[in-house]
Amino acid sequence: MGIELDVKSFDDALKILSKNYKIFAPVRLKGKGAFSDTDLVTYGEISSYKDIELNEKSRYSPKEVIYPITQTLFYFTEDEYKEPEIDDKGIIVFLRPCDANSYLKLDNIFLKNGPYEDNYYKRLRDKVKFFIIECTKGFSTCFCVSTGSNKFLDYDVFVRFDNDKITCDVKNDEFSYAFSGKEVEFIPEFIEKNEIEVKLPDIDKISQNLEYVFNHELWDEYTKRCIACGRCTVSCPTCSCFSMQDIFYKDNPKCGERRRVWASCMVDGFTDVAGGHSYRQKYGERMRFKVMHKIYDYKKRFGTTMCVGCGRCDDVCPEYISFIKIVSKVTDAVDRGESK
Amino acid sequence: MTNVYMPIKAEIVSIIPQTDIDYTFRLKSDILPQHGQFLQVSIPKIGEAPISISDYTDEYIELTIRKVGTVTDAIHELKPGDFLFIRGPYGHGFPVEDFKNKNVVIAAGGTGLAPVKSIINRYNRNPKEIKKLNILVGFKSPKDILFEDEIKKWKEKFDVLLTVDNGDETWKGNTGLITKFIPDLKIENSDDTIVIVVGPPMMMKFACLEFLKRGILEENIWVSFERKMSCGIGKCGHCKINETYVCLEGPVFNYTKSKQLLD
Ligand code: SF4
Ligand code: SF4
Repeated sequence: MGIELDVKSFDDALKILSKNYKIFAPVRLKGKGAFSDTDLVTYGEISSYKDIELNEKSRYSPKEVIYPITQTLFYFTEDEYKEPEIDDKGIIVFLRPCDANSYLKLDNIFLKNGPYEDNYYKRLRDKVKFFIIECTKGFSTCFCVSTGSNKFLDYDVFVRFDNDKITCDVKNDEFSYAFSGKEVEFIPEFIEKNEIEVKLPDIDKISQNLEYVFNHELWDEYTKRCIACGRCTVSCPTCSCFSMQDIFYKDNPKCGERRRVWASCMVDGFTDVAGGHSYRQKYGERMRFKVMHKIYDYKKRFGTTMCVGCGRCDDVCPEYISFIKIVSKVTDAVDRGESK
Repeated sequence: MTNVYMPIKAEIVSIIPQTDIDYTFRLKSDILPQHGQFLQVSIPKIGEAPISISDYTDEYIELTIRKVGTVTDAIHELKPGDFLFIRGPYGHGFPVEDFKNKNVVIAAGGTGLAPVKSIINRYNRNPKEIKKLNILVGFKSPKDILFEDEIKKWKEKFDVLLTVDNGDETWKGNTGLITKFIPDLKIENSDDTIVIVVGPPMMMKFACLEFLKRGILEENIWVSFERKMSCGIGKCGHCKINETYVCLEGPVFNYTKSKQLLD
């Protein structure tokens, strides 16, 4: 069963929800794009239907809602470490299935990798309620069906935006109070076929031919083409690496903070050890490291492909490098290498 | 919720300069690590860095820290009575239980001696735990030699070979890379000999190959890796080598695993 709402009653629902929740969705920031007179579509807080951008893929993913670009871990006063407080409100995120799945991928790193849960991640993640934006057409670089991230069933509310008619499946009863409208027959839909299909490599075959794949000449091209700008990793909803950074306040050097900031395996400095040594200096090696993480070793570790097929890396690369093409080349190489 | 990034305050009880740029800091602490584990060490407002534990008792731990960056520069400014902030210990150390009653060879290059020093001192206290210990240590030059007093003490009980890459006018000891001395090392029962190799990446690579030539079994060789780390607990991603997190599965690896870590 679904509830059908018009814009006004949807806005009323948002208003009611906003008492206890911060509400995030893709938004259009006018004039904030990379080039003059272009807009930036990204995630931001919203208060009404008209704030939500539904026609364009967001350049950045919703990961910053639960994993901010810069996050203060401690405030320092003299010799004390003080943990910052956070807002009491819950978090509602309107997102497409690919991005909802990306939260589960981040969970593996922050909550399951190693012996400890990352408390800073967990305290935001625990607040999240998934409001899925129905996505049946996608965009030209999407390949979520290939990565198995086109569906997300464990939602709180599922929303179909059909011009000014909005239909919701309120699965989590906690939210029923906010939605009032006509009851209608409603079966949520997920995309079943993208314009792009990518065959992912068989990870067992890679394991058996690891050196062959690692030393394959296909990576050399990217030593020449990639400029190590890191945009692909910033836009990626599943990239989770960070660096620690301590600062002191200029006007009061006795106080300061420790922060973590997003880091990128594509960018210089990522592996620098004190004393000057660094690893993967060639950009082709970094590309191999990144691609293998997304489609091979993360899966070996957690049993699920890291990449969710949102295609943002291909959208943002200034050198028109296509992750999709690289994955196909790897699959090809693995299949050919194996039959030899 | 426990804050996994929250360090504890540890007082510096003494500072022992080893060279111009390497100081050993003794901290009051009851942390009992495995040999080869590391800590995340920080100074508020300056930063945090992974440092291997060079020795410990139930009253203190020792960190031998080289002055090579912002954080370690600031640590070198500290005096006894000041505090460092530490969290850990993290990672997997050397499985010393499996080394009992065997011949052990420890080859360490430069600061690589720090993560294995506590093992040598363990055997120095209980020489009967193993059959025999050979120690090979190499430094760039005589002025880079670490733990000189302790090396002297080890010589009383064990076979110790100290070498420098480049000697000076006053140097009368061995010169040359550690790898040069491996072919002539007295190894009695190579099937039953444990080898520990720690040092710069190239030194480890070639030293391991030399030991293999001597008939040491791959599964009896142990190494320790040094990587950039921001968290030490499998989140930040800096130390990852393909599918392996050095902070979680390492920093100590068996050679059968380490040889597959391709960069
Ligand atoms: S990858 Fe594209 S088609 Fe698939 S859910 Fe995301 S936006 Fe929709
Ligand atoms: S966005 Fe393109 S050029 Fe920049 S690091 Fe990624 S692949 Fe390289």
